[in-house]
Amino acid sequence: MTPGTQKSAVKTELGRRYHFAASHRLHNPALTEEENWRLYGKCNNPYGHGHNYTLEVLVSGKVDPATGMIANLADLDGFVEREVLEPFDHKSLNEDVAAFRSVVPTTENLCIEIFRRLKPFPKAKLERIRVQETSNNSFEYAGENPEAFEG
Amino acid sequence: MVLLTRKIEFAASHLYNNPDFSPEENRRVFGKCNNPHGHGHNYTLEVTVAGEPDPVTGMVLDLKDLKEILEREVMQRMDHRFVNYEVPELAGQIPTCENIARVIWNLLDPQIKQGKLHRVRLYETPDLFADCYRNGSQGAKS
Repeated sequence: MTPGTQKSAVKTELGRRYHFAASHRLHNPALTEEENWRLYGKCNNPYGHGHNYTLEVLVSGKVDPATGMIANLADLDGFVEREVLEPFDHKSLNEDVAAFRSVVPTTENLCIEIFRRLKPFPKAKLERIRVQETSNNSFEYAGENPEAFEG
Repeated sequence: MVLLTRKIEFAASHLYNNPDFSPEENRRVFGKCNNPHGHGHNYTLEVTVAGEPDPVTGMVLDLKDLKEILEREVMQRMDHRFVNYEVPELAGQIPTCENIARVIWNLLDPQIKQGKLHRVRLYETPDLFADCYRNGSQGAKS
């Protein structure tokens, strides 16, 4: 894109944050009880534990001159609600989400699963997501496109 | 390269209305943001400048200079304003977070003489924001 053309100068992304609460247990059945405990510590507690997760979704696309929007928030909110919040909020990730029957629900794996679910959003391009597990831990995933981290 | 970010907050009102749409269409597309008397937000703006620290000053850019640029270009233009009516740069545009962020990018970019404007992030609420980057840049490449 050459400078001076209409679309050249600025790339714009829309970011939206969502919140859900869920429980999980970090446990790999291929490992012994002792190995699980050593690896996951208290996150291996057999009854699980919960977090208030914050999900940040970044999408990009052309800003529609008629609406001033990359994507209508009602469309994005509805899609995220259906694909992530409804199936994850106030659920046990291990028990209630099929993907985590065979995959340990670390927040890394949660990022990958959420990205997979949101990637088909039809109204804009999903750039990347960030999941905050606690105020001290957050994880980001951009699919197989690490350049999306650079904006 | 080092990234430096400064944050400011301003309060402004806006409304979304496209004169080419019927009243029903405006209501459907923009929802309560179409309220004719407008509504307001506390905006938070994060401005990130990229560059190498000057060997003499140790600075990418003097924060004092950045503060003055933000005061002049953003605060004086937008703080406690109804942006639809009082910010000419937004004339003819719906003042969404995306468009306000882009206007701010275009105002700031020519003013940053040391380092290079890397990102403008504008929060309309803690859960909604827009980011602007230089198109074609891949962050570290500037």
